[in-house]
Amino acid sequence: MPLLDVIDLKTHFRTDDGIVHAVDGVSFRVDKGKTLAIVGESGSGKSVTCMTIMGLNDRRSTTSEGQALFKDRDLLQLPPDEMRKVRGSEISMIFQDPMTSLNPVYTIGNQLREAVMLHENVSKQVANRRALEMLKAVAIPRAETRLGDYPHQFSGGMRQRVMIAMALINNPDLLIADEPTTALDVTTQAQILKLMNQLRRDFDSAIILVTHDLGVVAETADDVLVMYAAKAAEVGGYEDLFYRPEHPYTWGLLNSLPRLAAEGADLKPIPGTPPSLLRPPSGCRFHLRCPYVFEPCIPEVPELLPVSDDDPDHKVACHLAHDFREREAHDLLHDLMAEQR
Amino acid sequence: MSNGEPLLQIEDLEKHFPITRGIIFQKEIGRVRAVDGVSLHVNKGETLGVVGESGCGKSTMARCIMRLLTPTGGRIMFEGQDITTIRGDALFKVRRDMMMVFQDPYASLNPRKRVGAIVGEALEVHKMGTDAEIKRKVQELLDVVGLNPEHYNRFPHEFSGGQRQRIGVARALAVRPKLIVCDEPVSALDVSVQAQILNLLKRLQNEFDLTYVFIAHDLDVVRHISDRVAVMYLGKVVELGDGAQLYNRPLHPYAGALLSAVPIPNPNVARSRKPIVLEGDVPSPINPPSACRFHPRCPRFQQGTCDVEEPLLTEHDRGHQVACHFPLETWPMSDLRLEQGSVAAS
Repeated sequence: MPLLDVIDLKTHFRTDDGIVHAVDGVSFRVDKGKTLAIVGESGSGKSVTCMTIMGLNDRRSTTSEGQALFKDRDLLQLPPDEMRKVRGSEISMIFQDPMTSLNPVYTIGNQLREAVMLHENVSKQVANRRALEMLKAVAIPRAETRLGDYPHQFSGGMRQRVMIAMALINNPDLLIADEPTTALDVTTQAQILKLMNQLRRDFDSAIILVTHDLGVVAETADDVLVMYAAKAAEVGGYEDLFYRPEHPYTWGLLNSLPRLAAEGADLKPIPGTPPSLLRPPSGCRFHLRCPYVFEPCIPEVPELLPVSDDDPDHKVACHLAHDFREREAHDLLHDLMAEQR
Repeated sequence: MSNGEPLLQIEDLEKHFPITRGIIFQKEIGRVRAVDGVSLHVNKGETLGVVGESGCGKSTMARCIMRLLTPTGGRIMFEGQDITTIRGDALFKVRRDMMMVFQDPYASLNPRKRVGAIVGEALEVHKMGTDAEIKRKVQELLDVVGLNPEHYNRFPHEFSGGQRQRIGVARALAVRPKLIVCDEPVSALDVSVQAQILNLLKRLQNEFDLTYVFIAHDLDVVRHISDRVAVMYLGKVVELGDGAQLYNRPLHPYAGALLSAVPIPNPNVARSRKPIVLEGDVPSPINPPSACRFHPRCPRFQQGTCDVEEPLLTEHDRGHQVACHFPLETWPMSDLRLEQGSVAAS
């Protein structure tokens, strides 16, 4: 049984220009101890999916439908005070920008303690001890003295470590990390990814990792969900996605990476730009940019279906025939993946 | 691609920003050594990539080259002319030959001006034609960078990020410069759009015989577009070489660590390798470490050498320069061999 089972999630925002369908029928599941990566370009709805699960959208302008089943409860139906108990103890979240997600006027120790004392009836001393343990676990040097420091006294990488410490301090079952390393340099990113992987093993928590970087996905994910224009384009295990991708959008993403391009060759970008979610295209949302577009793509929305009977967990939303996709993916990506740099 | 003649030459470039205290009597209490002795040359028609982490001085260097900042030391030569301290008319003339593409396509275009005015501004400033001619030229430029010439009268907010960056490129191209300095031109864009802009830059280079200084923190992007690459750390160049030399056979431990920190979008390769993960953060450029600036984080640190004597940038291979006392012998390297190697070398 999965830890989190999201079924047909829909989130709509009311704006002055009309209704934005930011998430439009997305389903996925996260198993215990596994990492699910959600990949997509900006505006594809990956962050909104996480915010909806956490119940952090503005209630006045947002409507959400569908289900997010977590330990036999539907998170979308929980009353606000119940949800507050879940947030930060059973499910916690790390945000993209470590510079703005900590409160600048309280010490790190104070903020870490608060996270413990909100959820458990413990003394300040106990909370302090936990805070110290956690800071050590995320490898902050001289943790004892740094508890009394303010966020501005830490560097970006250190602040992200503090955020991770705060997210994990109540030993959550699920950690949602929304672009946790995007604002960081590569060497710091390597440190943080290593830390997250190690902590996931130590604490046996599941992770939803939102990212636009396929390199990060290749390094850490067990399962991958590719989102395009508020819908799931493809979902499967990491090997399916990198070695047997079936959606033309996934091919486009892989082909756009400079790393995988042959020396001196031009990149093969996806033409055009992602569509507006105010007025999304009819049928398959990718049809305006897809080189393989044919008649059914324009009127008919493709369903997310298993690619074949022997691989029920690898699903794709595309009208093209499975045999054709398999051949095409093989031809397109053969050179890319053979290379071992 | 290059014909060997340096278009831009930088010698010992230095840019220190003073840190002052006091309101009326300002007293210098320290210096941010953003760029601290960089020597480079860029040949005509080539692309020099510059990589490094935030705070290593790459953008400050770009701004010094463009003379948006005046260097505090060293020399900048452009086509054989010393432009380090020139002002007024002389600077105005040089500015026609060098242009810049900025990182943030949202902040670098004036939201109150129409695209035509933005792209045509440099043409107007340099009096390169009548209004009608400028309009025609701008429409041509929009077409060259892949935008619809009819969008001449639109405002920046009507365009997506990638399209805005195309406007930024058209603006840089307008006066037919010889050198374009690109400061993180694709880091704000999504991968699929990033690839479009990279292809565009490459095509324009061939069409208009351009020379690029291409600054980015993404090593894969830099490799893709550059002929030669310089790696910077805390205001200094630590390694310089052509793409194959640097990426297949890095010599400086920092370059090695940087390369091995880049996530590889190929799970089997990514999961089987053992990356060198550096400890700690980049130190502050206000009080940089003595001698070799990388020594507090370096896996091959040798007391008595690295913290005493500053390594100079020396040629190791043809055109492959490195500033390190104990360069890497092989690549890839395991953590153990990394340290053993340095002991053996000492």
